[in-house]
This record gives sequence, C-alpha cells and structure tokens, in this order.
Amino acid sequence: MDYFAQQAINAIQQGSIYALIALGYSMVYGVLTMINFAHGDLFMVGAFACLLIASFFPLPFIVILILVMLATGFLGALLERLAYRPLRNAPRVSAIITALGCGLVIENVVLSLSPYAKPMPPLFTVTGYHIGGLSVSTLQLMIIGVSIALMLGLDFLIRRTSFGMAMRAISFDAKTVPLLGIPLNRIISVTFLIGAGLGGAAGMLYGQAYPVIAASMGILVGWKAFVAAVVGGIGSIRGAVLGGYILGTVEVMTVAFLPSTYRDLVAYSLLLVILIFKPYGLLGKAPNQKV
Amino acid sequence: MNALEVHDLTVAYGDIRAVKGISFTVKQGEIFTLIGANGAGKTSTLRALSGMLKYGGKVVYQRAEIDGIAADKRVGLGLAHVPEGRGIFGNLTVMENLKLGAWLRKDKAGVAEDLERGLTAFPRLRERKDQAAGTLSGGEQQMLAVARALMSRPKTLLLDEPSMGLAPKLVQDIYRVVREINAQGVTIVLVEQNANLALKIAHSAAVLETGSISLAGTGAELLSDPRVQAAYLGA
Repeated sequence: MDYFAQQAINAIQQGSIYALIALGYSMVYGVLTMINFAHGDLFMVGAFACLLIASFFPLPFIVILILVMLATGFLGALLERLAYRPLRNAPRVSAIITALGCGLVIENVVLSLSPYAKPMPPLFTVTGYHIGGLSVSTLQLMIIGVSIALMLGLDFLIRRTSFGMAMRAISFDAKTVPLLGIPLNRIISVTFLIGAGLGGAAGMLYGQAYPVIAASMGILVGWKAFVAAVVGGIGSIRGAVLGGYILGTVEVMTVAFLPSTYRDLVAYSLLLVILIFKPYGLLGKAPNQKV
Repeated sequence: MNALEVHDLTVAYGDIRAVKGISFTVKQGEIFTLIGANGAGKTSTLRALSGMLKYGGKVVYQRAEIDGIAADKRVGLGLAHVPEGRGIFGNLTVMENLKLGAWLRKDKAGVAEDLERGLTAFPRLRERKDQAAGTLSGGEQQMLAVARALMSRPKTLLLDEPSMGLAPKLVQDIYRVVREINAQGVTIVLVEQNANLALKIAHSAAVLETGSISLAGTGAELLSDPRVQAAYLGA
C-alpha cells in the first residue's frame, strides 16, 4: 500500500508536467486548429532559459520561474507572429509542417550553442520528508504545487476574464470575433504567450526533477504531451490536464508493477484504446457542424 | 447627411467577381435595404462594409474613408455587423456573448445598463442568460446576435438576412425589433432575400443582381415596381 501511495505521488508529479505541456498544444489548437509541433522545443528552451538565468543571477525560484515563462512565452508569440500568422489562411498541413520546421530550427540553434548535455543545478535545497512509509521531497511538492497553481490560474483566466471569453469565442468561430471589435491577432498572440509560457515552466520543473538537460529533451516529452492533449480532447483545456495526469499515472504505474521497458507500450496501447471509443478524446467535442 | 457612401465597390473571390462595382448611399437614420436572390452579392457587400473582406472601391462612413481600417476597429467607429448565420458563440453563455459585444467599451456602468436593457427587450434571453448560446432556438439566436451587436452602441447596424430560417411569427418579432432600433436613431443596412418584408420597412432600397445594382429607389417605389414584383415578390 505504501508502495502504491509512493507511486501515486510520482504519478502526480509526472502527470503535472505532461499536463502543463499538453495545455499549450490544446490552447493553440483551440484558437488556430493547428498543432504547434514546436511546442516540445519551447519546453526545452524553458529548461535552458532556467539554466542560463540561474547561472548568472542567484534569484529566488519564483522569480526565475516568472522570467523563464516570459522568455518562452515571448518566443512562442514570436513564432506565431513570424511563422504561423502568414499561413493563417493556408492549408493547415502547411502550418503544421512549418511548426515542425520551427521546432527543428530551435532545437538545432540550442544544439549549436550547447552541443553536450548540461547538468542543471538545484535551485533550492531539497529536503525529504518521511510520513509513515512515504517519502516526499520539497522538490516534488514544488513541482506539483507550482503546476496546480498555474493550472488554476489558467482556468480562472479562461473562464472568468474577458480575454478567456474571447479565446473561447475564437475556438468556436474565429471569423466573427473581429465583428465585435475584438482584436483577433492580439488574442491569438496572448494565447501563444501563455501556452508557451506554461510549456517553459514545465521545462524548468522537469530540469529540476531530471537535472541533465539537452537540446533533444523536448522531442519525446513533447510528443507524449501531445498524445496526452489528444486523449484528453484537443482544444479542451480541462481535457489536456486530464490527459496529462492519465498519461503520467499509466507510465509511472507501469514501471512500478511491470518491467520498465513496458512503459511506453502499455501507456500508448491504453491511449489508443481510449481513442477508439472516444475519437475526439475524453472531453473533446466533435467539430461544430455548420448548417 | 449620409451615414455611408459606397463608391464603385468590388469584391472578388479569386477570379470570381461577386460584387462588380456598385455605388449607393445610406442616409443617417434610415433603413436601407439591399434585396436580391441568393448569390447576388448581398452578403459580400456587407462583409466589405464591415471590413471582413478585402474589397476595391471606396467606402465613406460618417464622412471619413474607412478603407484602410480593420474590421475590429470599425466597430469602434460605431459600425456593427450581425453576420449571416448569426455568428453567435455556441460554447459561451448568452451573458458571455452579450458581454463580448461590449469589448471596446470602457464605461462599466453604461455596459451594465445596456446589458440590462437588452435582457429587458428580449425576455427570452434573460430566461436563458446562463445557458450555452448553442442551446437556443434559431429565433433566440437571432435575437442574441442583434442584442450582442447593440452592446457596442452602434450608430449603424449591418444586418444580414435576419429572417433566414425563422418561422413567420419570429420574423415579425425580429422586424419589429429592427424598427425599434431604427426609431432610436440607429441607421440600418438590411440585406434580405425576403424582399416583401424588407421593402415594407425600408426608407430606401436597391436591388442587387449578379453583383450589380439593377434598380434603386424608396422602399415603396420598389415595392410597387412591376419588375421587382415579378422577380422577387411572386406577383
């Protein structure tokens, strides 16, 4: 039982990171119906931005987090402005290929600057607590706490603010949005900024949990979070979170009770089965049927 | 004074010219209607006026040329457009749809007042204010679309086929509302296939045929014109 509970904490930690990344995919899909395949690389940039900032300025964790989110957020918004906006009315496949290309460019720029994997120093002293047979570290609590706080913040933003209303309106019918005086491009820019910022935050947290970072770290994690977003229902914010936690849980529990090489096999088989029964994902909706 | 002056307006989709150089003026405070068959270019004309589409020619609104101005900025000038198919956001509540209509306004008190006025004018919307707008009936959605456009306090309202797909009783309701809005001083540009209805409330009107204006006059004149009667009124 203790073993299971221990694994559950690990699952929540892993799921939190997937959820944070999956949100970026889902938000962008919501406003542009495209998959930003550079998003995994923005996650990686988050880890490197953290390393860069932390190695020059001994700032508190929360300040570094904010700076990392701003840096990746602006990079995401820049990507939209320079690469995706010109393709707004092009076939979606062009935009998606462009996103893949942008991801590769970002990855290789980082690779050229940092050809080898780099160790990530801890940003605070990690202490472990033992409660009964359970051990929890301040790092785990930090990862889970920061992720949940960011997700609650996002949920509030989307449900309660006029920016959130506009974002949801765009996902329903973008061409009507300007007719209400709403600046479509600005809302889309801010959506990228927030989505990429969350991905960057995930990269920073991930770098603390697995403290060796490399230019290629965003590929696999990015793909997994994308799968999580699809399983949750791409375009659905709560779906992305749900998908992230399901993926994290399945992965951790597979490793806990089966040979660790089964991890991706079991995780993806299960996710594919979910998609057979819920082709739009768990919380996704079929696209609007226009009369 | 003219609310709108349209000079030699053209709209093209690739090689297909939907609007082939039309000119008309809409006087301040009147109801102007463009009637015509499906595909005549009515919707394209409205979309050009609100800046949804790129167009050729010149549009003068309140004495200023607005050709370089983007759609969202035109709303700020008092030009609101209720699009074809209503354009309500089905995933948002009725209340959220209305609030988005007031996006550009900073006067919170005024917005709250207008929100209250809108819900009073359309009691059905008040009953359903916390419901997803997608669950409303067609007539209710049309009411919502009009109420939402009014939230920007427009000086000129562009209405695209408000009667489309509605039962006759609801069409009467919508037209009564359009008249009331006009009576409060809002200029109306109404696009309709239902020529009989539109001409009855219009001060002036024009007939659009495959991208060109074939006839223009007062609403009453067109209503009694034998060509209009033959082609659009089934007489």
